[in-house]
Amino acid sequence: MSQIDTLSADALDAIASADSLERLETLRVELLGRKGGLTSQLKALGTLPAADRPAAGKAINEAKRAVSDAIAARRADLEAAALAAELSRDAIDVTLAGRRVHKGSVHPVSKTLRRMRRILERAGFEVDTGPEIEDEYHNFSALNIPADHPARAMHDTFYIDSERLLRTHTSPVQIRAMQTRGAPIRLIAPGRVYRCDSDLTHTPMFTQVEGLAVDRNISFANLKCLLYEFLSKFFERQVELRFRPSYFPFTEPSAEVDVRSEAGRWIEVLGCGMVHPNVLRNVSIDPQSFQGYAFGMGVERLAMLRYGVDDLRLFFDNDLRFLEQF
Amino acid sequence: MRITTEWLGEWLAGSLDAAELAETLTTAGLEVDSVSAVAGELDGVVVGEIVSVASHPQADRLRLCEVRNGDGTVSVVCGAPNAKSGLKSAFAPVGAILPGGQKLKRAKIRGAESHGMLCSVVELGLGDDASGILELPEDAPVGTDLRDYLALDDHVLDIDLTPNRGDCFSVRGVAREAAANGPWELDEPAVEPLPSEHDETIGVTLAAPDGCARFAGRVIKNVASGATSPLWLKERLRRVGLRAIHPVVDVTNYVMLEFGQPLHGYDLRKIDGGVVARWGRADESLELLDGRSIDIADDMVVIADDAGPIGLAGIMGGASTAVDESTTDVFLEAAFFPPAAIAGRARRFGMQTDASMRFERGVDPDGQARAIERATALLIDIAGGSAGPLIDVFEPSHLPSATTISLRSERIASLLGQALPPQTIEGALVALGMSVAADGRDAWRVTPPSFRFDLEIEEDLIEEVARVVGYDHIPAVPELTMSRLGDSSESRISEDDLADALVARGYAEIVTFSFIDPELGELISPAAPHITLANPLSQELAVLRRSLWPGLTQAAGKNLSRQRDSLRIFEIGTQYLPGANGAVERRVVAGLAVGPVSEEHWDSDPREVDFFDVKGDVECLVAVTARGRSLSFVTSEHPALRPGRSASVMLGSEAVGWIGELHPVISQKLELKKPAIVFSLQIEKLLDARLPVYRSYSKFPSLRRDLAVVVPIDVSADALKQCVTIAAGTALQNVKVFDVYRGPGIDSSRKSIGLGLILQDTSRTLTDEDADRTVATVVEHLQSELGATIRN
Repeated sequence: MSQIDTLSADALDAIASADSLERLETLRVELLGRKGGLTSQLKALGTLPAADRPAAGKAINEAKRAVSDAIAARRADLEAAALAAELSRDAIDVTLAGRRVHKGSVHPVSKTLRRMRRILERAGFEVDTGPEIEDEYHNFSALNIPADHPARAMHDTFYIDSERLLRTHTSPVQIRAMQTRGAPIRLIAPGRVYRCDSDLTHTPMFTQVEGLAVDRNISFANLKCLLYEFLSKFFERQVELRFRPSYFPFTEPSAEVDVRSEAGRWIEVLGCGMVHPNVLRNVSIDPQSFQGYAFGMGVERLAMLRYGVDDLRLFFDNDLRFLEQF
Repeated sequence: MRITTEWLGEWLAGSLDAAELAETLTTAGLEVDSVSAVAGELDGVVVGEIVSVASHPQADRLRLCEVRNGDGTVSVVCGAPNAKSGLKSAFAPVGAILPGGQKLKRAKIRGAESHGMLCSVVELGLGDDASGILELPEDAPVGTDLRDYLALDDHVLDIDLTPNRGDCFSVRGVAREAAANGPWELDEPAVEPLPSEHDETIGVTLAAPDGCARFAGRVIKNVASGATSPLWLKERLRRVGLRAIHPVVDVTNYVMLEFGQPLHGYDLRKIDGGVVARWGRADESLELLDGRSIDIADDMVVIADDAGPIGLAGIMGGASTAVDESTTDVFLEAAFFPPAAIAGRARRFGMQTDASMRFERGVDPDGQARAIERATALLIDIAGGSAGPLIDVFEPSHLPSATTISLRSERIASLLGQALPPQTIEGALVALGMSVAADGRDAWRVTPPSFRFDLEIEEDLIEEVARVVGYDHIPAVPELTMSRLGDSSESRISEDDLADALVARGYAEIVTFSFIDPELGELISPAAPHITLANPLSQELAVLRRSLWPGLTQAAGKNLSRQRDSLRIFEIGTQYLPGANGAVERRVVAGLAVGPVSEEHWDSDPREVDFFDVKGDVECLVAVTARGRSLSFVTSEHPALRPGRSASVMLGSEAVGWIGELHPVISQKLELKKPAIVFSLQIEKLLDARLPVYRSYSKFPSLRRDLAVVVPIDVSADALKQCVTIAAGTALQNVKVFDVYRGPGIDSSRKSIGLGLILQDTSRTLTDEDADRTVATVVEHLQSELGATIRN
């Protein structure tokens, strides 16, 4: 083995076993510095016969490059190890709790209402509102419910005085809207309504969405289609519906609608029908030229079905353990 | 209304399956709420006869009965006081199954063997009379299975009738609907007129034909006093929820249930002279059958004799002429009171009777005589007696006249969205008892039967046709497309946007009742009037809220008492303010925060929520409208808020709400153990949002200069900022308060404020000299206007 080979083999061994950047630097100076081993080999080149010089020079330069590469590689390794050691020292426990902002929540009734509105708005219904303190005319008479009509007993009305009451449904919004805007009209009226009734399945206040569409050719078949579409979108499945004849003074024909639950039971979800000609007449719309449908839904009822809530009263108990689930 | 399949079976030909019947009725609009079997588990119980009774050697109250049960005779120990020789009763032999699934075993009772049990109706699950064993008629065949003998394979349907279908308040009405909509044939039992056996009648006068247009009646003499109704009748009444009381009452109830025509039976001997149906007088009163006394009004019809009112027409009879154990002569009444004369009257007394329910909705004006005939026959059958002539007084001009309604095929197609063949339409109407006459091509003149009060206009008939065809057979057809798009304003935000902003800040939305406890209302809004409900559910829900804080504080209190230590809640709702021209309803968003500002954390110290946390929430809320720049808070006092820690929330120069710490006195009364911060903002003032309009911004760097100024304690941060803003001129981009200090080193009447001024020009880079000049001007202003000193 030539002297150069020996020198370079020793050098590579030394580099490989250098365990710090300082030691590596010392080696670099020893090997490649101006007074280093390989540098002096190069200087000694002149003493060789001219014929041997090119080969020897080439060998020395190759050895120098090999050593230099080895040092660079070793340096990169040592630096990476040093960084790794430093980062490892600063490691954190990622399982400790973050600095979170406590999560707020939208009330399930609002959440349901938003969803109902969003779906119905796509079908061209615009939101309208009206007062909660109503008069007999808008809440009853205009809706074809005369005084002493047995249907008034179904409503269990809260009265303020002889003229004013808390609306028992959001249907008066229909009346006010048709009075001011006439036909054609297409609206939904969401809001709180009140009935003087309180037990397991009734609360004195609840939320309703009333829908109304009046135009020249709107039919019961259209109503069926709209409700089928709405309920299918709402429940995110192809619902099976049952339309049962029913009675509301402000619609004729009238129907109640049941949805078949996934367990196979029929569950009543809403009331609807074709707007009664007397109602149209009461708001100066000619029932010979216009007809339409109306529907009314209890928001709490839909929220119960959607979220599996089994007690209506939970909605008004305002227990955060309940509210924060939504 | 409750009705049984066994009873209906008498009116309908064909086998009657309860589930099928319920389905038919429900889809025809007579919603069946429930179907329940009249008898529970009951197997092997038979008719037994007690052949002898002996006393039990070891127990005074027990007796040893020999019971014949069809297979022989067995010994049974029985404790019933009515056990006597010859009595037929329900006998459960060993091995029989009683309700609850209990299988009867042989037993030794006080040393005597008992091979079965004689049963009371309670033990059979057929009633609540536990006073003795069931007494069966003498002709009950011994050994017959009780299920067969009492027709216990029967079901009760509970039907939720809509107010328009008064005609269905009877076996007859429901049977008619079942026949029109299902596979059964109506098989109406005939009612034969009874010949009179004596001449006695009673004078009947219709003094108010608009209140009573028809009055049928009959005198029945020599009814056996002390008679009781037979078991089959009692059972039919019991199964639909009526108690047997007296044969006369039972028969009138029975016929009412059968035909829908309410009847009343008077003790003839207690009637003074003749009877008159007339309007009541305001000075009259009447003691009703149920014992209560009512004041009569002049819009109520009464039945009166020569001495005064003896019944509140269409609602309830009077006590003075009621039948009793000693009654032998009876006067039956079946009248027609128009709905308008009855509607709402019972409700004034908080009553609803079987009669008032039917009259309010309308009974058949043609059914009075039939009801009297049926009741007479039944009563004589049960209690004997002899019938007098039928009385039937009526005022034809006040009886409802048959209306004839035009019906067009084309209108049906338009309203339903489905054309129907003429024969389908005619068939449906005829099935419902209407007479139908063609009126040109595809049009008819339709006359509803006398009992269908609810049919007045073409649309009513269309519903009838649709009902018989079946709503499910009308297709679902999409509407023609909409041409107009709804409004969508970018400068108008929604209540949902406000809710979302609060939810993002950690608030949970609550919904509380609009009515509150007046005491709580007074506590939060003292001396401010509330709108009061005339008929509240309870005193705690008696007034309409004029603030959302009562609901929020109550909800907070409830949650804190449920071991919750921190909460942020809000509600969006209406507050109701009494006004000169009626009530003012104002939409409000209000919130409450209490407890630690964040959940306990390993790297931070816990801190209770304070005014500035919630102020930040309000600022974020207003930021949704992009009008944050016009928001300010002005120290102001509110009776519900702690003085010195409350403010009016201003948008520009308009007060739009309140924020502050709940007054400690109120917190204490509501048992809130920690200070709660509340706010309330009028939504109407928040919904107008600023539409963004682009403004160019400076491309040059900004400079910051910090100042520490010492000012009197009462100088507000806003006053400082305003002073700085005016003094600094256009270069000032922003001024921040970065420190507030009170304490050692500063006079106790003063405080030190750290101000950071951000300076920037739109056309050039500011130099240090520019900045120094501006700061000097600012300092000068602060010194001269706010008495500030500069702290070194």
